[in-house]
Amino acid sequence: MARTLIHVPPSPRRGEVIEIRVTIAHPMETGYRPDDQGRTLPRDILTHFECRYNGRRVFAAEMHPAIAANPYLAFTLRVQDSGSLAFTWEGDRGFSQTETVSLQVT
Amino acid sequence: MSNTRRDRAAPVSRRRLLGAGAMLALAARPATAQVLLEADLREAIARWCAGAQPREGRVTLDIAPLVENGNAVPITLRAASPMTEADHVTELAIFNERNPLRDVVRFTLSPASGRAEVSTRIRLATTQHLVALARMADGSVWQHTVEVIVTLAACVE
Repeated sequence: MARTLIHVPPSPRRGEVIEIRVTIAHPMETGYRPDDQGRTLPRDILTHFECRYNGRRVFAAEMHPAIAANPYLAFTLRVQDSGSLAFTWEGDRGFSQTETVSLQVT
Repeated sequence: MSNTRRDRAAPVSRRRLLGAGAMLALAARPATAQVLLEADLREAIARWCAGAQPREGRVTLDIAPLVENGNAVPITLRAASPMTEADHVTELAIFNERNPLRDVVRFTLSPASGRAEVSTRIRLATTQHLVALARMADGSVWQHTVEVIVTLAACVE
């Protein structure tokens, strides 16, 4: 399991547009870099990210090797109901990780 | 003296010449500052546009013009849109000119986004142009081209 940092404002009001920031620890190895023996390191990147709000997909990203290591994403969401936010990262070598955060709308 | 006439005439023609040169320089610069992008970048953009003709405006790519470290360059992509069911940004994308691959990142947005604004950190191999694109719900595509100077490149992407 990779370490993640997820920031969601603690108690947004209904209808408010909030900013969600997520980071995940991942080297995002591009597949173009040589190691100290001169052999090219195989590609190992995260390719997809998505955010589901009460089961509905509200944001997604398709990532390429040009995304820096430890991918950081900041995006917005208009909150309506309390519930859950599920963040999923997928990538090379069968990488898949989901983190869930509960959201209390006031 | 025959020299005098030439001396008197010379400053005028020199001034005229300089003036004409300045006018030419101004005229040669198009108002929209169109840049000629590399062929494979134009191809990648055309594939993404899927038939739509990108227009300048509505989308902005926010990035430092002078980048000291190409390994992690913060960027913010914004599009002017009310983000309603009828009129919202469906997709945002960034393409580059000089990294090994033209694609950088693509985002899928929805009316639930509230605002069309996404930030991330990217790698830049060298000084180059970046192109940001936004696709609206009505199918129109908008474009913003930025030139970035990179002083320390990312380890080959």
